[in-house]
Amino acid sequence: MLSVRSLKRLNLGPLNLDISSGEIIALCGPSGVGKSLLLRAIADLDPNEGNIRLTEIARESMAAHEWRKQVMYVPAHSGWWADVVEPHFESALKSDVVDVLHKLGLESTALGWQVANLSTGERQRLSLARALVLKPKILMLDEPTTGLDGENKAKMELVIRNYAADGAGIIFVTHEPEQATRLSSRRLVLIDGQLKEASS
Amino acid sequence: MTAHYIQLNYIDLAIASVLLLVAGGVSMSLRLGLEKSLGIAALRTVVQLTLVGLVLKILFHMVSPWWTGLAALVMMLLAGREALARQTLKLSRGWSLGIATTSIMIAGTVVTTLALTTAIRPEPWFDPRFAIPLLGMVLGNTLNGVAVGMDRLSATLKREKDAIEARLALGHPRKEAVRPYIQESLRAGLMHIVNSMSAAGLIALPGMMTGQILAGIDPTEAVKYQILIMFLISGSTSLGALIAVVSVSHRLGDDRDRLRLDRFKHNSNG
Repeated sequence: MLSVRSLKRLNLGPLNLDISSGEIIALCGPSGVGKSLLLRAIADLDPNEGNIRLTEIARESMAAHEWRKQVMYVPAHSGWWADVVEPHFESALKSDVVDVLHKLGLESTALGWQVANLSTGERQRLSLARALVLKPKILMLDEPTTGLDGENKAKMELVIRNYAADGAGIIFVTHEPEQATRLSSRRLVLIDGQLKEASS
Repeated sequence: MTAHYIQLNYIDLAIASVLLLVAGGVSMSLRLGLEKSLGIAALRTVVQLTLVGLVLKILFHMVSPWWTGLAALVMMLLAGREALARQTLKLSRGWSLGIATTSIMIAGTVVTTLALTTAIRPEPWFDPRFAIPLLGMVLGNTLNGVAVGMDRLSATLKREKDAIEARLALGHPRKEAVRPYIQESLRAGLMHIVNSMSAAGLIALPGMMTGQILAGIDPTEAVKYQILIMFLISGSTSLGALIAVVSVSHRLGDDRDRLRLDRFKHNSNG
């Protein structure tokens, strides 16, 4: 579904990557190797070169914001542009929002919470939720379960698994080998600006 | 009303300078350490204003569009430099200076020319006795609005990087993601002009009006001039700040709707 060919940016690539529908890829590698930069480049958030296509449609033939709606990056540290949670979900259907929040173990009252008072785990879950309700075809998650306790981590992994089962392609960054094995169908390691298939 | 104009001589100024000596004395006795900078600043005032007085005197004798234009150009270039000096975050490759100077030039030229050709109408319209002081007042305020607006936008975009990129990543167009910060920066840039219009006459008499009254002009006439100047200044400040802020925002983005904080000098993209 997503095809990345000869992607290049500072200290990265040229590298190739394919993500198909229903697939979950774990992206591993030492800290500072450029895993986030790779995902940002695919989302076109930083200058980069390469031939990148979603279902055969070239990235450059789409407006940048249309591309990012379909190939969505969820950073490790979420940003918030309003004081309260709700405005961050304003373009989505309310029923979808409540549904996703429940699956992530949050009540709909979370929409009225002050962003400044959110815990790390709540930020992680809400920032995944606001991405999921927009129904991107490719979801790129940067350390999505950092700061979550065991129960909420399991809930989030289930949500990720189900979202892939519905036809999306997912790539996520993780530093936990167990999580990579548990959640992914394929593991990639980024070393020296190159992607390598990890043997499991 | 037929007031007369009282000419000042150098002894009058010397008497006024005693006040400065008092300020210096206070600084020394309280060990504020301000006496040196006070002295230098006072000396600069005397030297700079004396020179400007001489230049204006020469300039006013030569009623030529070229000399007026040259003086205006120098003033606008200096204003651009001054606006740049007040930026904490500068764009790389001279873009800050370029944007500040261009927006001040466009706003100052449009507004001053408009005032000279429609409201004040001296004969000829480029007579430096009218054009230069008018431009000076317009530039002084426009430069402030441009500098504050640019500085605020740069600082805000850097501070709100995560929030802006979160919106971009969720598929919001860049224009939408930065709009609140553009509005905030324009508000900051126009604040002083809104304040001075609201407070005009209540808290202090504006400097130009005071000058005219001291020079023997009827207060109701001086007020008309002051209102005209206030309108010119707010027009020029709004136009200049708008051009500057929108240009900085444009420069800190690109055609793929990215936030390009790498275009700040001394790469501050954290």
